[in-house]
Amino acid sequence: MADSSFSRRELLRSAALAGLLLPGAGALAACASPAGGGNTAGSQAPATGAKTAANPLGIAEDKPFEVVIFDGGFGDAYARDIHEPLFKGKHAKVEIKHTATKEIAKTLQPRFAGGNPPELINNSGDNAMDFGALAQDGQLQDLGPLLDAPSWDDPNVKVRDTILPSAIELGTYDGTFSVLNYANTVWGIWYSKKLFGDNGWEVPKTWDEFTALCEKIKKSGKAAPFTYAGKHPFYIYETILTLSAKIGGADVLKNIDNLADGAWKAEPVAKAAGAFAEIGAKYLLQGTEGLDHIQTQTAQNKYEVAMLPNGSWLENEQKDTTPADFGYAMFPLPSFTDSDALPYGTLHSRPGEEYFVAARSANPLAGVEYMRAMLSKEGAGKFTELVSTLTVVNGAADGRTLKPGLQSAASALKEAGTNVTYFRFRQWYKELHDEVAAATGQLMSGRLKVAEWADRCQKKSDEIKNDSSVKKFTR
Amino acid sequence: MTNGRTRVARRTDFTRARFIAGFLSVPVLLYLIYVISPYAQAFYIAMTNWRGVSASPRFVGLENFQRLLGDGTFWTAVGHNGLLLVLLPLLTIAIALFFAFLLNAGGTAGGVSGIWGSRFYRVVFFFPQVLAVAIVAVLFQQVFRPDRSGMLNAPLMALGLEPVGFLSNPDVAFWSILGVLVWQAVGFYVVLFSAGMASIPREMYEAAQIDGAGRVQLFFRVTLPLLWDTVQVGLIYLGIAALDVFAIVWVMTAEHGGPDHSTTVMAAEIYRNAFQYFKFGYASAMGVVLFFFTVAFAVLAMRLSRRERIEF
Repeated sequence: MADSSFSRRELLRSAALAGLLLPGAGALAACASPAGGGNTAGSQAPATGAKTAANPLGIAEDKPFEVVIFDGGFGDAYARDIHEPLFKGKHAKVEIKHTATKEIAKTLQPRFAGGNPPELINNSGDNAMDFGALAQDGQLQDLGPLLDAPSWDDPNVKVRDTILPSAIELGTYDGTFSVLNYANTVWGIWYSKKLFGDNGWEVPKTWDEFTALCEKIKKSGKAAPFTYAGKHPFYIYETILTLSAKIGGADVLKNIDNLADGAWKAEPVAKAAGAFAEIGAKYLLQGTEGLDHIQTQTAQNKYEVAMLPNGSWLENEQKDTTPADFGYAMFPLPSFTDSDALPYGTLHSRPGEEYFVAARSANPLAGVEYMRAMLSKEGAGKFTELVSTLTVVNGAADGRTLKPGLQSAASALKEAGTNVTYFRFRQWYKELHDEVAAATGQLMSGRLKVAEWADRCQKKSDEIKNDSSVKKFTR
Repeated sequence: MTNGRTRVARRTDFTRARFIAGFLSVPVLLYLIYVISPYAQAFYIAMTNWRGVSASPRFVGLENFQRLLGDGTFWTAVGHNGLLLVLLPLLTIAIALFFAFLLNAGGTAGGVSGIWGSRFYRVVFFFPQVLAVAIVAVLFQQVFRPDRSGMLNAPLMALGLEPVGFLSNPDVAFWSILGVLVWQAVGFYVVLFSAGMASIPREMYEAAQIDGAGRVQLFFRVTLPLLWDTVQVGLIYLGIAALDVFAIVWVMTAEHGGPDHSTTVMAAEIYRNAFQYFKFGYASAMGVVLFFFTVAFAVLAMRLSRRERIEF
């Protein structure tokens, strides 16, 4: 009797153990380390279809694909309400799986490591995946065919000719165009037309006028002259770098991006850093270094501070706290001296908001075709209206109703013409970005001298240059 | 006959052993899968240049550890953890003991009792423990705000003083973090020590009081020695907490451990390198170093806590 009861129990036990062991062994293999390739969709041939005039990329008309949108400042409504219906208009049978997340890396990194990434990814936000790492591992689909495909609106014009050339340069990793920068951001100094008008303050065109204006505002006691997002010193190092490019030419920033020896110690960089360190010492809103972008921007909306450096997303970001008659507007950085390498009106403007297609996804071509839809006049124009941001599509904003701040940014960009600068190390080497931000915060609060600041930035740049595990880029 | 009986007995022993092993195997297996195996993998990943997305990391030997030696930020973080390891337990336990003593034996109303309202305070002290760490961090961001909306700076500014950059001045920020950590931990240890004090026989206090001991003497001569076991537990818990401080620093400070690395800790550097720089190999190397620090602390704590108990 005893024996038979034991054996029954044994049976149950071994069954339970077997049940535990099997998935256990799987978990052991898949826990933290990358899965070995070849066990997933990545190894299958990507889906394709016949190339026709209506389907120039030859996507499979019956295969689904997934779109992952970063649910940040732009939300994800633009994808659901504008781009996805536009795509479905031409490819009714292709199912689109829409995913929105605030945590791009956390959601997607395991899927990349596991070999089943989604097709189209809006890799944006604080927790975006590192493009350097993605490029290094061959995860980025070659978007060259997109550039040479006929545009969505006119079959006689290639996509290449409908977008800003800088978007192509910025999206090129290792000589391959593989990242679509969709939105176009314009940086400048933002102010309230109402506040300036009421007090008779004028937009400064030279550095002397700028400091004189700061002095005037300070004396008036109506508002603090200047602030920036103290907790995120990127906002001010962006301005310093743009001014240094204006003083010394676009090569100043190219050298920095290329991790050139002594790039941070170049004279124009030192001049620009010194100029803003002085602003930091004299004209900042009290407590600036402890406030974040929302807090400083809200202070500006309350007319507590007159000017702050920012990008053209500002107006949209602040739409809930901006008084109706505030009148957002921006002006380009003032000329430092008469002998600046670049003329007045030079802007920091660059395409941003990155999208890519995962090379090892099941249906990459559908992702590329989706980008073609995004780059249509309709797709881009409606995007501009909805989220109040310019795009890289030429003329897409024409005839659309823009808010005053965006209008001011658009016309500044038009006036700048080809005098547009940008830097890329923020995307290429996030470590350098973090160190420059940390050092610049200290520069602005007077704890670092200009030379010490340059030393620290240069040291990090050199470290990265000598770190074999970090992939290097050049422009 | 005897032979048959031993055989039966042996078989029962054997089945019994199997039976026990069967039950043990499940927790051991879970422990292997979820604890030992990640550790082992971390050691392996630490010797690769894995950047998180590739399926085939390259083995680089000890290169990551070599680079780690020259990583100033990481050693700043180690220094901060070291400072926390000393200060967090000391401050927390000192304050918690003081409060617990007041709540349990500090009263003046004759005999051995807590001060007036001690039941109310006991609940209030426990509040921080109930709040999620992220909420505490966001709360203190507001408390420390450098403008007129800051709870601490508003009165200062009203008095015409310069506001203090609690989180924005690199010389002050670390101490602000320490303050929050102590604030959050004290409540739990007040309750823990109160429970310990409740088990100390009242007669001991009464006897000491009859002999003319004051409150200070009561504390140092009676309470503390009899509570020593509990205090040791507290020291070890807080030591471990000091080594893996993360959420408060990450959520509360600018630049996640800033300004200018002035508040960063090891866990924050691991997180930054893994999930922001995608240097999983390098981050794992940091994790391995943290592992050895933790093991060293555990061994040390166990050595030091071998001490005779006072029986009562």
